[in-house]
Amino acid sequence: MNFRYIGKKRRTKEDPRFVTGRGRFVADVALPGMKHVALVTSPHAAARIKAIRAEKALALQGVHYVLTGEELCAAVDPLLIGVDAPLVRRYPLANGVARYAGEWVAAVVADSRHLAEDAAERVEVDYEPIPYILDAEKSIEPGAPLVHPEHGSNVLYRRKFVWGPVEEDFARAAHRLSFRVRWGRSATVPIETFGVAAQWDPAQQLLDVWASIQMPKFPDQTARALRLPGNAVRVYFDVDVGGSFGVKRGIKHTVLVGYLAKKLGFPVRFIEDRLENMRGGDMHGPDRIFDLQVAFDADGTIRSMKIRALDDVGAYAGRSPLQLGKPVGAIVGPYRIGSVEYEPISVLTNKTAQEAVRGFGQSPTNYALESAVDRVARHLGMDRVAIRKKNFIGKDQFPYLIPSGTTYDSGDYHTVLDKALAAAEYASLVEMREAARKAGRLAGIGISTCLEPSGGNTAFEPLFNPKNETTTWMDSCLVRIDLSGAITGVMNTSSAGQGHETLVATVLGEILERDPDTIRVVHADSLTALPSNSPVASRMAIMLGGAAAGAAKRIKAALLAIAAHNLGVPETLLEYREGNVAVKGATGKSLGWDQLVEIAHRKFHRMPPGLEPGLQAKFVWEVPKGGALPTADGRIQMYPCFSLEAHVVLVEIDPATGQAKLVRYACGHDCGTMINPDIVHGLTYGGIAHGIGAALYEKFAYSDNGQLLSQSFMDYLIPSALEIPSITMVDHCTPSPLTEFGQKGSGEAGYLGAPAAIACAVNDALGPMGASIDELPMTPLAIWTRIQGGPT
Amino acid sequence: MSERLYRVSMLVNAQRREAEVPARLTLVDFLRDTLRLTGTHTGCEHGICGACSVLLDGAPVRSCLIYAVQADGGSVITIEGLARPDGTQGTLQDSFCEAHALQCGFCTPGMIIAAHALLNDNPAPSEAQIREAIGGNLCRCTGYQQIVDAIQLASGKRDGGIA
Repeated sequence: MNFRYIGKKRRTKEDPRFVTGRGRFVADVALPGMKHVALVTSPHAAARIKAIRAEKALALQGVHYVLTGEELCAAVDPLLIGVDAPLVRRYPLANGVARYAGEWVAAVVADSRHLAEDAAERVEVDYEPIPYILDAEKSIEPGAPLVHPEHGSNVLYRRKFVWGPVEEDFARAAHRLSFRVRWGRSATVPIETFGVAAQWDPAQQLLDVWASIQMPKFPDQTARALRLPGNAVRVYFDVDVGGSFGVKRGIKHTVLVGYLAKKLGFPVRFIEDRLENMRGGDMHGPDRIFDLQVAFDADGTIRSMKIRALDDVGAYAGRSPLQLGKPVGAIVGPYRIGSVEYEPISVLTNKTAQEAVRGFGQSPTNYALESAVDRVARHLGMDRVAIRKKNFIGKDQFPYLIPSGTTYDSGDYHTVLDKALAAAEYASLVEMREAARKAGRLAGIGISTCLEPSGGNTAFEPLFNPKNETTTWMDSCLVRIDLSGAITGVMNTSSAGQGHETLVATVLGEILERDPDTIRVVHADSLTALPSNSPVASRMAIMLGGAAAGAAKRIKAALLAIAAHNLGVPETLLEYREGNVAVKGATGKSLGWDQLVEIAHRKFHRMPPGLEPGLQAKFVWEVPKGGALPTADGRIQMYPCFSLEAHVVLVEIDPATGQAKLVRYACGHDCGTMINPDIVHGLTYGGIAHGIGAALYEKFAYSDNGQLLSQSFMDYLIPSALEIPSITMVDHCTPSPLTEFGQKGSGEAGYLGAPAAIACAVNDALGPMGASIDELPMTPLAIWTRIQGGPT
Repeated sequence: MSERLYRVSMLVNAQRREAEVPARLTLVDFLRDTLRLTGTHTGCEHGICGACSVLLDGAPVRSCLIYAVQADGGSVITIEGLARPDGTQGTLQDSFCEAHALQCGFCTPGMIIAAHALLNDNPAPSEAQIREAIGGNLCRCTGYQQIVDAIQLASGKRDGGIA
């Protein structure tokens, strides 16, 4: 397809405000008379709260209030949980029992954050430590301490899905392998912590909220918990979010601050410091043990898999158990695997709560799948490229239905892998590896080919909770042409760096053939917003892009109708060019953009019958192929569009330190039509950096007594420009047949394949010495220990 | 609890700023809360992430690790001070836009400060030198690649003027 603006190198609309320090983040929101919050947190893995004495804190001048869990929990409703476990109750402050070290126990409100911190140290809490459980496998054994005794078990969700003739395929296959891999607890850890400011207006009975959020149904959940009608909470979506990548949910923060603002009658702000964020921000990612069995033939054909995934969500849950559900939609990866058994188990332990992380559980699953493919190749002595190509779904086989009920829209996996190999100069990569090995160094090549499901439809909600019949996850756009002829697009969520304003302007410009630089894009607030969800699940290019295109087409249709009426010809004889409408052929009859706009805004007598005056259009778009409940055996269309990323890396390991250095990194990427290539590439580079962190450095480690050990950036290691290599990116475009321009999602790109490739490379490097590591992160210490012959 | 206050006086973006501040007030809180220069951000408040970087007497420093009273008598440049005198974007700011060297924009001011300090010392740095110079500034969005591109772009354009 030929596009005017889409796919072209264009500057973004957002960047200028950030390079000049004019972004407006939540910590920049300063309300008159605003007070500040600091938290009192539990030092125990699990403890009953016997008493809280706040007198000494309240004695400080400038300290206004100390809120305890006892008061708060009686006044608000529990936060929503994604699965059917109503007795796993979660409140912003501990409700009588603190269930992990760092859990918020009380909140202090003072004139300044400094003072609030001083006062928090003077709040006295009597704790009675109680038994706790940290090990996910042991947590589901009989007799384990229960994190929520009322729930009766530490299992939040468990189901065994069987899709296709698994046992028959296993019986027929020539070979079988079983193994375990582990994905460690890490997260995307944005540089901005979570923050929220709130103000209650008693005259209007309205709570105004400014928050650093990326959360579906956030205003609704806030209102519900505070026992307010939805229209009594107004969330401003124009607050810039300083990175999220899934984790900026902040619902407990907002209910806490909203309650305080309403109760105390002055504006209240809470900005997490890094310690509060790491320990009690509830933003840890998946923490999974995969037990896999794979059945395959001598020629490398993979017939079937059995996957058991045990995920430790910590002490509380919102949507986190659903992160085991999303991978159902790409459970066989890019491969023709005929049957699958999948047993997701979501368990509670006394750790910080898990939250959504980039890819919503897909990256751990991709790591497990790619580990299986590599093990099959190793078992058969097959080349790792050859086995992937042997099992890939062919480009002529789309749309392709996988056993779990999802149909992949389009793809050309062979070509994307070939492009990545060419970009990596694969032959020379092999030579480099061999040369390094001959010189006595440890070197390995890693390859991964992973899917990025995109256009999120939240189908895991009804899949994992039969009481939840959510089957729409719409997104919307409003387009206004004002009297001056200028175009404004209104989007209905906040953004965290994904470039949505650029997306909307580019799409509106493309359809209306107007320069995107002249188009303004604004964020509604939750009371003026059209129905929309959230910029999660790699969905905005598809969903917001689709909604913007739909609204722009309605504007175009109105302009054509006005022109037809005024020129006295049927619309079929008109052509639209750059906003002007002319009668086809050299008739000289036409109406320009400004004239058409003026008719719409001022000259009702020249409007065609039935057309509204003014010039604006909204479009609410449902996710393509969405709308169905799962079948009884749990088959469902989970997301509509599927991007592919192929990673090829060369690592060298310093045997003295165990540090894995990424010597070469190439990524082939196919997300269909790119709306703005710079944005797509940026997201992908950043996703790869996240993946490098998850694979080699980042871990929320706990001590045996339940203390978080990596709670600052001194010990939770975020890779810098020195650890992240220069990356060679190569694009491919297989348009999606389901979207306006052929676009697919790319917000989670890079992260979904990098850990798998790097793990594969490290194990290739360790292979000659007979060692391997089956757990992420493969930290320098873990690698060094393995080199010394010890366990990881 | 009333804290003893100390008088500080410093140049901030070439303007004389004076205030009475408590001893424990960090430079970043002074810039953000007292002067309302909110372009400088706090990411970790323990000196690792670099989001709070400013230039103090020409050198990049973590304003979360310095007290305002320590900057007394000094000259501070923040991201707001890197625009050209006519208010348009400086070279580095323009290069960051051209290369799309940011996404959420939260680390960006600190990153530009670090790059500015590098280019002042070394107008034509290698990629390795650029990575070294921004190695103390964490970014979670970009994987650093387009930031490196932007600094290379700016180094090609520099003429010794303000970045």
